[in-house]
Amino acid sequence: MSHRRILFCAGTGCISSGALKTRDALVSELEKRGIRDQYEVVLSGCHGFCEQGPLLIVHPEDTFYCGVQPEDMAELIDEYLLNGRVVERLLYKDPVTGERTSDHMKIGFYAKQKRLVLHNCGVIDPENINEYIGTKGYEALKAALKMERTAIIDEVKRSGLRGRGGAGFPTGMKWEFTFKTPGDKKYIVCNADEGDPGAFMDRSVLEGDPHAVLEGMIIAGYAIGADEGYVYVRAEYPLAVKRLRIAITQAEEFGFLGSNIMGTGFNFKINIKEGAGAFVCGEETALLASIEGERGMPRPRPPFPAISGLWGKPTCLNNVETFANIPLIIREGADSFASVGTERSKGTKIFALTGKINNTGLAEVPMGMTMREIIFDIGGGIRDGKQFKAVQIGGPSGGCLPAELLDLPIDYDSLTQAGAMMGSGGLVVMDENTCMVDLARYFLTFTQNESCGKCTPCREGTKRMLEALERITEGKGESGDIPMLEELANSIKDSSLCGLGQTAPNPILSTLRYFRHEYEEHILEGKCSAGVCRNLVTYHIDAEKCTGCRACTRVCPVEAITGDKKQPHEINIQVCIKCGACMEKCKFDAVILK
Amino acid sequence: MSQVNLTINGIPVQAKAGMTILEAAKTVGIDIPTFCHDPELAKVGACRICVVEVAGARNLPAACTVPVAEGMVIQTETERVRAARKTILNLIWANHPQDCLVCEKTGSCKLQDYSYRYGVSGSIYKGQKKEIPFDDTNPFFFRDLNKCILCGKCVRKCHDINGVGAVDFMWRGFKTMVTTPFDVPIEESSCVFCGMCVDVCPVGALTPKQGLGQGRSFEVDKVFTTCPYCGCGCTLYLNVKNDKIVGVTPNFEGPINGHLCVKGRFGWDFVDSPDRLKTPLIKKGGQFVEAGWDEALDLVAEKFKEVRAQYGADALGGFSSARCTNEDNYLFQKLLRVLGTNNVDHCARL
Repeated sequence: MSHRRILFCAGTGCISSGALKTRDALVSELEKRGIRDQYEVVLSGCHGFCEQGPLLIVHPEDTFYCGVQPEDMAELIDEYLLNGRVVERLLYKDPVTGERTSDHMKIGFYAKQKRLVLHNCGVIDPENINEYIGTKGYEALKAALKMERTAIIDEVKRSGLRGRGGAGFPTGMKWEFTFKTPGDKKYIVCNADEGDPGAFMDRSVLEGDPHAVLEGMIIAGYAIGADEGYVYVRAEYPLAVKRLRIAITQAEEFGFLGSNIMGTGFNFKINIKEGAGAFVCGEETALLASIEGERGMPRPRPPFPAISGLWGKPTCLNNVETFANIPLIIREGADSFASVGTERSKGTKIFALTGKINNTGLAEVPMGMTMREIIFDIGGGIRDGKQFKAVQIGGPSGGCLPAELLDLPIDYDSLTQAGAMMGSGGLVVMDENTCMVDLARYFLTFTQNESCGKCTPCREGTKRMLEALERITEGKGESGDIPMLEELANSIKDSSLCGLGQTAPNPILSTLRYFRHEYEEHILEGKCSAGVCRNLVTYHIDAEKCTGCRACTRVCPVEAITGDKKQPHEINIQVCIKCGACMEKCKFDAVILK
Repeated sequence: MSQVNLTINGIPVQAKAGMTILEAAKTVGIDIPTFCHDPELAKVGACRICVVEVAGARNLPAACTVPVAEGMVIQTETERVRAARKTILNLIWANHPQDCLVCEKTGSCKLQDYSYRYGVSGSIYKGQKKEIPFDDTNPFFFRDLNKCILCGKCVRKCHDINGVGAVDFMWRGFKTMVTTPFDVPIEESSCVFCGMCVDVCPVGALTPKQGLGQGRSFEVDKVFTTCPYCGCGCTLYLNVKNDKIVGVTPNFEGPINGHLCVKGRFGWDFVDSPDRLKTPLIKKGGQFVEAGWDEALDLVAEKFKEVRAQYGADALGGFSSARCTNEDNYLFQKLLRVLGTNNVDHCARL
């Protein structure tokens, strides 16, 4: 067989499931057989389907294997690579039909996606600029450098691209403001401080296709008249930082970055600033303060960064995914870009699917796709056959949407209307076993810890909201707590300094809007239907299901369970400490929560 | 500078472009409450007590940071604004000791003033309060960080005006506090005890040690004077109660500095000190005894003469004080030169 290419997904997800060990095993097995030179073994960026990792794709035929372990490699070589017999057991198995397929485009997870921004992720070697160039990389830059600056800005405006960092401000307008602000020195800043729990869109783009982000930044620099850029990236993303550094060095060597770019006389350099882990540094003014070496605290706007940003200079600040869209727009044209999406939200959006969903991973979909399609068609539905309850969209700043809104098209405006927000694209799916009050408590714990402490409503207000939620989940809620929470939440929204504070009450407001009965149930009836709030549940044994096997009595640490052998047991709720050990142990689902 | 026309509480206002809403409101006598604002400092918009309603704006912007714009329609005391301010006061009180009866700041405390204005008598929120140890480790002021409302004025004064940067914010969220690097005692920090932070603290978090319990701000007479310590001539107010100095406050409107240094701010306890010399002392039989001025001056003149006769005029020297007036110092050097020596110096040079 001729020269073949074997791609290992080397996103952070697959690396943690052992992709590198599997790669090493493959290489050593190839060497053992003396055929190493016939195969090109490549580490790619994230392919998105983290649930099934480590992933491996064999080109040119595009055979998709998942869950590949080091011990599978000998078989893969002998059966498939050498003899063309597909290793069935390593193919993706559809959880519903049970069918296996070697074509990943037939897998529900990929079939409904529209991978425009991610088109290189999982396909090219992100550490090799030639592979990026081989997929039309830096063609957009070449074209842009021949355009008038205003023409580039117009093209971006016409595309309808809106900021992918969350708020959805039209990117072209931001560029235009920065372009029009007079100044000898201007900056481009890329916000790669992705901090929402469960979100890894920007990480995957940086790890899988760093040049796309650089190209977007360089084009932005040329368009607005900046000669320097910063990527503010979390230090917790070491692989992204490493690949960015490699990409910058290579782009400089190839003349796409640095002085006299592509012989046009345009100069642009890019620096990396590693963030120290404060969530609030994802807020643009706090991010700029952090680059300047100040404590990461937001500054009042106006002045907006386009007028006075980094070191007081006009600064254009966009998110990773926004920049990664730019080469596409310039290369394919604004019309092509705008043909995807809805009236007011153009293009695609990448979502990180997490929570109680079958296919956790990264998915890029056209704007306007419904939540149902994302969660059930791409995400494969809810784990363990449970019921969908809600989805938290937009991270701690977003909102929690119920099953009634599953057919809501996902775009900036309908999400905001529904009390959530696009955010950076985190999608946390919850099943029937999630308590919505407890969920709100979780997000408030996060925002309270991450509040920078500067403004009173956010610093003190999130604390009081959190305390109220803690009381409610502990069964100490009072009837006045709901109106108090609503009033306080609205005040915080109204009067906080930055986006963090203004959106921190969203998880409470949206759960109150759609799941108010759960709050009332906790406070008035002392009950948690989801069975999450420990103080509000009691453990019981269903006499009909109990076989009297005594397994639960053996694990109960406080001897709260009594009953004769082969007779239904009973839990003394006075003694029970609600550790849940009996429930975990019971094979007959006889332990129930009331 | 160009003018902008706007309306505040229905009053047409002509303001200079670049002014904040707060400044424009002031020109027509509308008072908007502030904790973190100080005209001398960078605008931070941190405390949010100054939020106002601007027609067309989604949220309530902070009057201290938002610049005026043509045609702006602003309301500073609507129900929505008052509700937000009440919430902020309630939130501050939920995390603030309620010991106004003994707090040194009572009477000049902004938290008290605004609580009175908006009818907030404590907090509707219950929960955890800060528990930071009381700090009295330096000779000049107390730091009770449990009373700190984190307006950050002390931080900005220390960094931007004094240039010392002894304190800054530490931690995040509810744990946020203003303290020294690594939270070392203030005496071990780079603090120079100028007291600027004490002067701008809107609440009782930073209070001077001297004068503790001796007089409320509304009980004292403010006597305008010039600092006697050095030649700078900063003006200040002596806070006097029953003919005793119980404190000093700077004169921010003064043409010189405005702020004081550690000496002018804290160094006035000598005035009523029992150790203060009020008559000359002459050593007789190994003991200092009180003497009249004539006797003392006669003795000095006699000794001068003796020294000059025996060793020459250059055996004499004079050392004057920065606390004397220029005229006194002029006469002093003149005296020394008449005695025949140029040996004259002055403590401010040290």
